[in-house]
Amino acid sequence: MNRQPAIEVKNLSFSYGEVPVLEGIDLTVPEGEFLGIVGPNAGGKSTLLKLLLGLLEPRQGEIRVLGRPPKKARRLMGYVPQYPAFSRDFPVTVEQVVLMGRLGTGRLVGGYGREDRRIAARVMEEAEIAPLAGRRIDRLSGGQLQRVLVARALACEPRILLLDEPTANIDMRVENELFDLLRELNERMTILVVSHDIAFISRYVHRVACLNRTLVCHRTEEIDAEAIRQLYGGEVRMVHHHHH
Amino acid sequence: MDLLSDPGFLQSAFLAGLLASIGCGVMGSYVVVKRIGYMAGGIAHSVLGGMGAALFFGFAPLGGALAAALVAALLIGLIRLRWQAQEDTLIGAVWAIGMSVGVLFIARTPGYSADLMSYLFGNILLVSGTQLRQTLALDLVVIGLVTAFYRQFLAISFDEEFARLRGIPVTFFYLLFLCLVALSVVLLVQVVGLILVIALLTLPAAIAAHHVQTLGRMMVLASLLGMTFTSTGIALSWQWDLPSGPVIILVTGAAYLASAAGARWLRQHRAEAAVR
Repeated sequence: MNRQPAIEVKNLSFSYGEVPVLEGIDLTVPEGEFLGIVGPNAGGKSTLLKLLLGLLEPRQGEIRVLGRPPKKARRLMGYVPQYPAFSRDFPVTVEQVVLMGRLGTGRLVGGYGREDRRIAARVMEEAEIAPLAGRRIDRLSGGQLQRVLVARALACEPRILLLDEPTANIDMRVENELFDLLRELNERMTILVVSHDIAFISRYVHRVACLNRTLVCHRTEEIDAEAIRQLYGGEVRMVHHHHH
Repeated sequence: MDLLSDPGFLQSAFLAGLLASIGCGVMGSYVVVKRIGYMAGGIAHSVLGGMGAALFFGFAPLGGALAAALVAALLIGLIRLRWQAQEDTLIGAVWAIGMSVGVLFIARTPGYSADLMSYLFGNILLVSGTQLRQTLALDLVVIGLVTAFYRQFLAISFDEEFARLRGIPVTFFYLLFLCLVALSVVLLVQVVGLILVIALLTLPAAIAAHHVQTLGRMMVLASLLGMTFTSTGIALSWQWDLPSGPVIILVTGAAYLASAAGARWLRQHRAEAAVR
């Protein structure tokens, strides 16, 4: 085990054209942490994930993922996007989607190897979608599709798992199941999850990063009405819950 | 006319239809699932520029068609990757400029003007033995590359962003993919002409999508359907002494409408059965 942080962000700024989206972000995520990133819509949450993945270039500042520039660390990260970039009626089965997590490994030409299929089978088991392996993706519920996307990210065998609003399209019961799964996965990988639902995720995560152009970190125990008011700039209803 | 009096070129016609159907079933399936029918249309029409230039300078039209299709595919692909917003304007420009160049060259080529109609609407009954071998070679290129890079092509058609995150050289494979679309367009231009290509490229694949679950099966079914439609079309056009291209397209179009209606009826039927 090396002691370098999973993610290290120093004085990061980003803007789309003239509009500043992120300003002076500092963030260090040790390996093994379960970090929640919350904040209002358009607060820069998805942008921060895309910068970590190397899909966007910082205007200023530095990002290191497992000690490397983001693009060099891509294969060590599993990403679950908020909006799937594909159309739901694409003729592809659950297993084929999960196998795409194995891309970029193995041979350049030809199909997937036996090892790829073994890993895909294991992560589908873990995400509890094994019985759906042969089903076409347009016949899945929102919650099932979300698990397929998690399984695809797990098939990358990542050291860091990044999830963007994983609960946006699913109901409360499925939401609980998903986070129980993430808590199990956290035993072997670092997890960053973006959410607008601060009350919900603070039951699961170790630390909450509040992002609204600038970033402030709170240990989960410190989240109180004042922190939320600062973040969202108004009165927000608090929900009491137990901390771990 | 007696079918048996001239078996040579009728057999060639059927064979050309069968061979072209393979490449177009494979690439047509990608075109349908990736929804780039308009782009394929632009590539198809720009082919006339290459054919016209080849005639004018005295080369084989197929070579000109291939060159024009590849240039159009790379141009559209590169500019789409750089300035995404202008994609449809650009395709329209390549489409019209290619045709204009072709028409001007053909107008200046003595004695060839009569062939314009067969480039536009196809005349499969004029296919030669050399063309058949070239068609077979193009098929082999398409099938070989799609088999070798099936994972990469599936990934970039399904989810470009994820493919990029997995370290797939998306730009390279996207351009290679468009070149293969260009090759299959050229295959079909000989059969139905460049104006009608789009229907024969997309409709068999669209019909297949009504009935199968995966892209691989869609390709196989689309190829078989394409073979059926071109053969039926050629037979009917021979029987009634009509131009082969339009007849093939009308057969294909009728099958598509029937399949779409059938698929819709089946869905409703299942939904009602589920309610009961």
